[in-house]
Amino acid sequence: MNAPTRNPEIQTRELSYAEAIREAMGMALARDERVILMGEDIGVYGGAFQVTGDLVERFGPDRVRDTPISELGGAGVAVGAALTGLRPIFEFQFSDFATLAMEQIVNQAAKMRYMLGGEASVPLVFRMPAGSGTGAAAQHSQSFEAWFGHVPGLKVLQPSTPEDAKGLLLAALEDPDPVVVFEHKLLYKMKGHVPDGWYTTPIGKAAVRREGRDLTIVASAIMVHRALAAAEKLAEEGIDVEVIDLRSVRPIDYETIIASVRKTGRLICVYEGVRTLGIGAEISAMIAESEAFDYLDAPILRLGGVEAPIPYNPELEKAAVPQAPDIEAAARKLARKEV
Amino acid sequence: MAKDDNTPFAIRRYDAETLREALRKMYLIRFFEEGAEDSYTRGLIHGTMHLSIGQEASAVASCLPLTDDDKITSTHRGHGHCIGKGAEVGRMFAEFFGKEEGYCHGRGGSMHIADVTKGNLGANGIVGGGIPIAVGAALTAKQLGTGAVTICFFGDGANNEGAFHEALNIAAVWKLPVVFVCENNKYGMSTSTERSTAVKDIAQRAAAYSMPGVTVDGNDFSAVAEAVQEAVDRARRGEGPSLVENLTYRWRGHSKSDRNRYRTKDEIDSWIARDPILRFREELAAHGVLDASGADAIEAEARREVEDGIAFAKGGTDPTIADVTKYVYAEARS
Repeated sequence: MNAPTRNPEIQTRELSYAEAIREAMGMALARDERVILMGEDIGVYGGAFQVTGDLVERFGPDRVRDTPISELGGAGVAVGAALTGLRPIFEFQFSDFATLAMEQIVNQAAKMRYMLGGEASVPLVFRMPAGSGTGAAAQHSQSFEAWFGHVPGLKVLQPSTPEDAKGLLLAALEDPDPVVVFEHKLLYKMKGHVPDGWYTTPIGKAAVRREGRDLTIVASAIMVHRALAAAEKLAEEGIDVEVIDLRSVRPIDYETIIASVRKTGRLICVYEGVRTLGIGAEISAMIAESEAFDYLDAPILRLGGVEAPIPYNPELEKAAVPQAPDIEAAARKLARKEV
Repeated sequence: MAKDDNTPFAIRRYDAETLREALRKMYLIRFFEEGAEDSYTRGLIHGTMHLSIGQEASAVASCLPLTDDDKITSTHRGHGHCIGKGAEVGRMFAEFFGKEEGYCHGRGGSMHIADVTKGNLGANGIVGGGIPIAVGAALTAKQLGTGAVTICFFGDGANNEGAFHEALNIAAVWKLPVVFVCENNKYGMSTSTERSTAVKDIAQRAAAYSMPGVTVDGNDFSAVAEAVQEAVDRARRGEGPSLVENLTYRWRGHSKSDRNRYRTKDEIDSWIARDPILRFREELAAHGVLDASGADAIEAEARREVEDGIAFAKGGTDPTIADVTKYVYAEARS
């Protein structure tokens, strides 16, 4: 599936993040008979978050396949299908349920090419609705990006905008290796400009969403929007924040982060997964090992999920992951050298 | 030659050349594994391996109805399946010796040996890991209308994994062209089926997934061939999956660490007396397909092939250390 790369002249429309994902899947289904969708209640129900929507009406139940509630079996069937010539997109109803399928994702999909010495390929996309903020409590709200990011053989993406949700999904679909795409549930209804037609957002390239001189925030998924909100507030105080949207957890775009830290001398990592042993640990260590270390004017900060399951009570739930005011306060302290 | 109703299925169904080739493959498996075991003892192979000596009829007879377009998924005890599906022993030994000439360029070893060009999607280090993958291969065949059938090998131990139950259910609901071949060798490592499995025959599990299930003497080549051929034919007709249980026995321990504390010498000897290769030889002789000298010639040829294979492997190329991360991802496209 060699698609033309994106043409900047192309028309855009306002679509929601969910609509952008659906558009990508619809285009892929129309274009390549090897593409199938699999998942729980993705057919007439339209998916738990209405992402697949009406695709079953357009492409039929053989290509938009409802699976039994069998995450391990279903994911394994997707692995076998990818190994033998299909291009499945497998939706986990919630990323939390991928824990039931870790065997197939981690032991099989991720390692097949390597174990077989390059003689096999598993071109498979796992879609994972993730994150907290929906009141769904501890088993429907987790952020496992770092878990999957720890597995060589997988690629792990976290789109934060409708444009990237479509472009990264199409890039994942074109990729010859298994790709895990974390879609933040709170972003599904977010609107944004989405280009027409087939385009891909490069895997492994971060995006600088806001340029600034004083401080770098590396964030992913919904944290990008919270970081941007914090940056706007801080701008009123004369603190000029650069916001980097990570987009890809594996591979990580080290170059973009290093270049930014060399410029600003200050770094905050903001992510929703549990803070300890998370994405921020990797980015902090990478900066400590890089030439950017000499440019640091302050300690690196990590803002991540608290060391607890996601609670049900709405105020507790908000307190469990970084919010815009938390980012703003941390950035202010760091900029004023109060850390 | 008259082939009446008392003639075993395999003799009736397959021509003499096919049957001679089957015997050759059974000997190849036996001598390959003896050669691998010997090489391990001499320190030429590291790690571990799981030998299937005593189970050769199951591997070869099950693969008999398949073409190179058909697929199999295999298990940690997968050398026999690999040879049954047409692999060359030289490249298999090269894999065991960790050489670039091996099927997986030395990255997989015994537990991940595969030959995708012949439709062998690979052994598997995870008990039950290959079962959903086989169902996925069958989905591809149905979706793209290729007509291919997948045989999914697994052991008695795997029948208590969740993956087994989920995958059989999906295969049945979607009526996929897959045949589940359980090689019941009585023990999941040390734990007997009596102590691990609620049903007497694993084939009974098929009833829960509305598919045919049959238990056969897995050391009787013809019995296995008949059951699997019928299941493959059914799958090819689009009538869905089946489960065939081959009752068999591994003469060796689970792996190289096994001290055989969970079974008696008498039990092992009683199964060695039911050697599937000797039984098949006798059957071929009794029905005039192959006399003793013909069988001896095939046996000698298999021995030579294994010796040549070991020599080929010993002369293989070691991977370059700098290539340790090669094959994690596809090479970047230019």
